[in-house]
Amino acid sequence: MAWFRKSGKKTPGASEEDLWTVCPSCKAHIYKQEWEAELKVCPKCNYHARISCTERRDLLIDAGTWREYAGHVTTSDPLVFSDAKGPYKEKAAAAKAKTGLKESVLTGDGKLGGIPVSMAIMDFRFLGGSLASGTGEKITLTAEHAARHRWPFIIFSASGGARMHEGIISLMQMAKTCAAIARLNELKVPYISVLTDPTTGGVSASFAMMGDINIAEPRALIGFAGRRVIEETIKQKLPDDFQTAEYLLEHGFIDHIVSRKDMKEYLHRVLQYGKRR
Amino acid sequence: MALDFEKPLEEIENRISELKKLNEKADVSFDTEISALERKLRSTSKRVYSKLSPWETVQIARHAERPLLRDYIAGLCTEFLELHGDRCFGDDQGIIGGFATLRQHRVMVIGHQKGRSVEEKIEANFGMASPDGYRKAMRLMHLAAKYKLPIVSFIDTPGAYPGLEAEARGQAEAIARNLTEMSLLPVPVIVVVTGEGGSGGAIGIGVGNVVLMLSNAVYSVISPEGCASILWRDGSKAPEAAAALKITADSLAEQGIIDEIIPEPEGGAHRDPNAAIESTGDAIVKHLRRLKKMSAKRLIDHRYDKFSKIGRFKSRK
Ligand SMILES: [Zn+2]
Repeated sequence: MAWFRKSGKKTPGASEEDLWTVCPSCKAHIYKQEWEAELKVCPKCNYHARISCTERRDLLIDAGTWREYAGHVTTSDPLVFSDAKGPYKEKAAAAKAKTGLKESVLTGDGKLGGIPVSMAIMDFRFLGGSLASGTGEKITLTAEHAARHRWPFIIFSASGGARMHEGIISLMQMAKTCAAIARLNELKVPYISVLTDPTTGGVSASFAMMGDINIAEPRALIGFAGRRVIEETIKQKLPDDFQTAEYLLEHGFIDHIVSRKDMKEYLHRVLQYGKRR
Repeated sequence: MALDFEKPLEEIENRISELKKLNEKADVSFDTEISALERKLRSTSKRVYSKLSPWETVQIARHAERPLLRDYIAGLCTEFLELHGDRCFGDDQGIIGGFATLRQHRVMVIGHQKGRSVEEKIEANFGMASPDGYRKAMRLMHLAAKYKLPIVSFIDTPGAYPGLEAEARGQAEAIARNLTEMSLLPVPVIVVVTGEGGSGGAIGIGVGNVVLMLSNAVYSVISPEGCASILWRDGSKAPEAAAALKITADSLAEQGIIDEIIPEPEGGAHRDPNAAIESTGDAIVKHLRRLKKMSAKRLIDHRYDKFSKIGRFKSRK
């Protein structure tokens, strides 16, 4: 697959580990080539592994049409925050070095099957996809950009929630991004939310739940409060499928579960109904 | 009920009352000792309360005798017609609301209610609202928009309720919808953080044209305990987390998150609830008068600009 670049360190004389991927969910050994051909979806258990924002973009956007937007926005350290593991500044720098990104979301526009769209794609590798100043700003700017052009807006969420290291300002990004979504609604600009593994906390409780339609990848973890916190509060065991995409579908909070390989086609079909007429 | 850092004050207070008792019985007078101790009490309390740590402020914000929403309503409103139910599932007691006449202004009051008695606390889930509470609040806010009534929203919650039923009925969706729909309300929205502003559960009714905060209230992205257990892997590091998160009124004003700090009586609102409630009423009315002059469109734009401005990031090409 062209969209996927090998990230593994190649050593001469491929060892066993280079040939096989272990499914994080069912622990099955999958031949690496097959794993990649399946877009990092386990052929044994249908687990949809987390992928990077650029991998996801390349799966969805027509080749050569992507233009990054608001790409200049990057983290600052408003609280000069430091915890047991050191300063936030260092953590953010490490995340940037590791991912090559400047924030936890990639934003821009391009064509999806020929239809111009604006898109925000979160990346869990960047500090757990956490929602902070830069994330909120990029999503808001891109929503406003979409509004100006009347382009449908699509957000792929992947986030553990608000970024604690920026304190209250991170919490405020929930209101900021939702206000931007409200403006899209006013202008009748389509907004589609795709929830991927995981979408929890402040992201689930803001823009991720507010799509005209909400869709999810199979078995994605989606919920507001953490499982352990809930178990400690209510002192009872939670069902196995609790806070999965399937659980949310059953409870009426998402419209459909869409496999990774079908995602582009599905979005394209939906967008036909949201065309300006 | 004295908090840990109030122990020195409690000791002086106890000695004063002992001497007063002796004064009544004995022939000798302790008046000079008493007035000396009273002077000491004043200077000590000034010292203790003027430099509270963020964690000590959290203790005051959570104080068992701190005024609650029903106290504010009783103190400020000549009429309160409580309205019930979310029209979907139930009538959560963690958030209450209704028509109110607040110092002669007809408004819609909504807010978290923690409960005073044990029964009330259990009924209200200690102010941790369920989706039903957020949906009731939104329903009342839409009603306020229809009747062109300003909205006054009181925040005092440890957080939204983390429970099986709350998740099953869409805690995330309920909060997200409030954030989205509150941004378009065509009436003034005044938010007052009176005690604990606990994370998503707080901002779920917190999208205001102005956000006011009592001087010993706190407002945070996560509880200090929760933050400590994640980032310090040790819940007992909550005091450190409380300091690092910068959650006090002074810090929030510096960060441009709140518009005004409402001063509390020395020692906290519980020391003189009426004074705290009156100051809160003064601040609300002051902003009500100003916001009532703004058109619906201006109010919506004003609220949008207020929140879209919030963020501290860098620009790098
Ligand atoms: Zn598997």
